[in-house]
Amino acid sequence: MFLEYLNIVLYDLLKIVALLVPVLISVAMIVWVDRRVWGAVQLRKGPNVVGPFGLLQTAADALKYIFKEVIIPTHANKVIFIIAPIVTMSLALIAWAVIPFSETLVLANINVGILYIFAVSSLGVYGIIMAGWASNSKYPFLGALRSAAQMVSYEVSIGFIIINVLLCAGSLNLVDIVLAQKNIWYAIPLFPMFVIFFISALAETNRPPFDLPEAEAELVAGYQTEYSGMMYALFWLGEYANILLLCGLGSVLFLGGWLSPIDAYPFNLVPAPFWLIFKILFLFILFALVKAIVPRYRYDQLMRLGWKVFLPFSLFWVVVTASFLYFFNLLPQ
Amino acid sequence: MKIKFSRVLKIIFLSEFVKSLYLAFIYMFKRRATINYPFEKGPISPRFRGEHALRRYPDGEERCIACKLCEAVCPAQAITIEAEPREDGSRRTTRYDIDMLKCIYCGLCQESCPVDAIVQGPNFEFATETREELYYNKEKLLENGDKWEKELAHNIKADKSFR
Repeated sequence: MFLEYLNIVLYDLLKIVALLVPVLISVAMIVWVDRRVWGAVQLRKGPNVVGPFGLLQTAADALKYIFKEVIIPTHANKVIFIIAPIVTMSLALIAWAVIPFSETLVLANINVGILYIFAVSSLGVYGIIMAGWASNSKYPFLGALRSAAQMVSYEVSIGFIIINVLLCAGSLNLVDIVLAQKNIWYAIPLFPMFVIFFISALAETNRPPFDLPEAEAELVAGYQTEYSGMMYALFWLGEYANILLLCGLGSVLFLGGWLSPIDAYPFNLVPAPFWLIFKILFLFILFALVKAIVPRYRYDQLMRLGWKVFLPFSLFWVVVTASFLYFFNLLPQ
Repeated sequence: MKIKFSRVLKIIFLSEFVKSLYLAFIYMFKRRATINYPFEKGPISPRFRGEHALRRYPDGEERCIACKLCEAVCPAQAITIEAEPREDGSRRTTRYDIDMLKCIYCGLCQESCPVDAIVQGPNFEFATETREELYYNKEKLLENGDKWEKELAHNIKADKSFR
């Protein structure tokens, strides 16, 4: 009895490790891709010294952070100060449990996968609020407030965008959502929603042009100001894990997940997970390019875009999609 | 009204954004402006004003005649010269110091020198770990001159017609 139980736990643990290790490695790689793309657009080389093509740059950086001293400000609330980066990092990682890499290759094939991701990414705000508030210093506090307001606002429009997809797919299960895209990827019929999802994802992950929480010109480094050493690195990795997660979510919801673009001879030879990886990489390079070309939004512009443009538009589009599906009898069974 | 409508269309279709995305994509494949500095070096003009050197004539005699024009012209007063006649009667320096920390690398010493003795060479990588190492004396400067003579002679020749 006990052995059987142990067996199940060990097997699950093994599966978790098999998922998390590649995710963490790809987070490290994606940091490198980000810096290379950003450098390339500015006619620089980007990191190219450590390892082949500078691929080990992130490992070197992580090593540097490990050996740096962790400074905890005297006035900070120590416990929360330490918990905050852990919360950010772990929340960014646990959401990967439901991302399907192929029809069977998914850690937790739960029926409310999309709700789970939505809930976990909403919780991500807590890491930032805790960090900002526990630092007990003005810049982190202002940065955290901005970040919380921003993430909450854009979460709302992401919610409506997801409803659009759910109306078309008729399921909350991510595997079913991908399988419903067998005929046509949702990026095509729901193109405006795809664009808004992309922009909201930028805001959700505090990427430029919405990187107000860490606007260095006015807030030093926002909620990360008081952090140093490994705790800072955790924030940094958590942020990139979140970006990767939203790229993954974008490809699952709109770009047909693991499905190949054409279900024909040369394309269906590529194993399913690779298509998902290509799509995530494609979305991420878009993220990186956007970082290189846009100036930062002003705070009121950010709020206006979120509440006055995206929210009404995505709400309107929910009505459009629903009526279209209803009148043409396309509702999923 | 018409102008406003086209503006709205531009905003809705994110035309500026798409344009800049295209531009960024093109720039990604352009030639890099960066060089891998310690391994690759940028071109240096023959006029480059780097580390100082005292030159010699091909027969090994030092060029400097201790006229002290460089000492007089030096705006940072980085040069100190002491001189007395040598046994064979020629006027030579007994001391020629340059405080490289005072030096502003203006090149006036090189311009004032009537015999092309003090010159500023192409070397700019002479950082040291202590201050004292940057108080150059005659010995160090002559050593520099011997080390860089080939480049120095080439640079002076290349720049001659402009002086």
